[in-house]
Amino acid sequence: MSLRSPLGRVRGLGSAKDGTGHWWAQRLTALALIPLTVWFCVAVVSLSGADHAAVAAWAGSPLVAGLLILLIAATFYHAYLGVQVVIEDYVHSEMFKIAGLLLAKAAAIVLALTGILSVLLLLFR
Amino acid sequence: MSSSNRPLSPHMQVYRPQITSMLSILHRITGVALAVGTLLLVYWLAAAASGPAAFADAQALIGSIIGRLLLFGWTFALFYHLCNGIRHLFWDAGYGFEIETVSRTGWLVLAAGLALTVISWVLGYTMMGGA
Repeated sequence: MSLRSPLGRVRGLGSAKDGTGHWWAQRLTALALIPLTVWFCVAVVSLSGADHAAVAAWAGSPLVAGLLILLIAATFYHAYLGVQVVIEDYVHSEMFKIAGLLLAKAAAIVLALTGILSVLLLLFR
Repeated sequence: MSSSNRPLSPHMQVYRPQITSMLSILHRITGVALAVGTLLLVYWLAAAASGPAAFADAQALIGSIIGRLLLFGWTFALFYHLCNGIRHLFWDAGYGFEIETVSRTGWLVLAAGLALTVISWVLGYTMMGGA
């Protein structure tokens, strides 16, 4: 016996085969962001008022650059997942919703890439 | 339209503000604010990668009154979202659903977010020698 409604069956609507992927990715990135964020906040506070040489030297170490890249990747993945849900909840026009989702995804990718490339430039300068 | 006769759920205004619902929407608001705040993070890193002149511009912008106000707001948003996010992860693991606990952890994350914000700024200004 199928649990699907007759209307759902006739329209061909059903599982998008996505399952708990979104929920799980949001939690995993959240978990990764706890230590990364705490580390970054401590680092930024201790860099208060630092000049370019000090910041470049800090970001130029492989460990720091690696952690910064992980922070950027997890941040933008997590941010996109969150913004996606907010758009899906509040934007009811199908056209604006899809446009908003695409724009948010594009912004996340461009910003993440800019951040990661900046870190790599500081590492290899 | 026949759908206009359907029952509506009560409007937001009939609900008394409660710590649970207020913190829930604050989690979402701070999350969106932080998504916007990533612009500053990327700008700061890109400026550092560009060289001393661009980095000095970025520091001047962040150090201006408006820059500091925005950064202070983002600091609170970050710490609140971090603390409340940990609260959410405990819920996901199945802990802390009793009404009293939910209230208590709510006030706790709010206080922790504020305290961490103030501590970070005090330490930051101390690092700069009180500038």
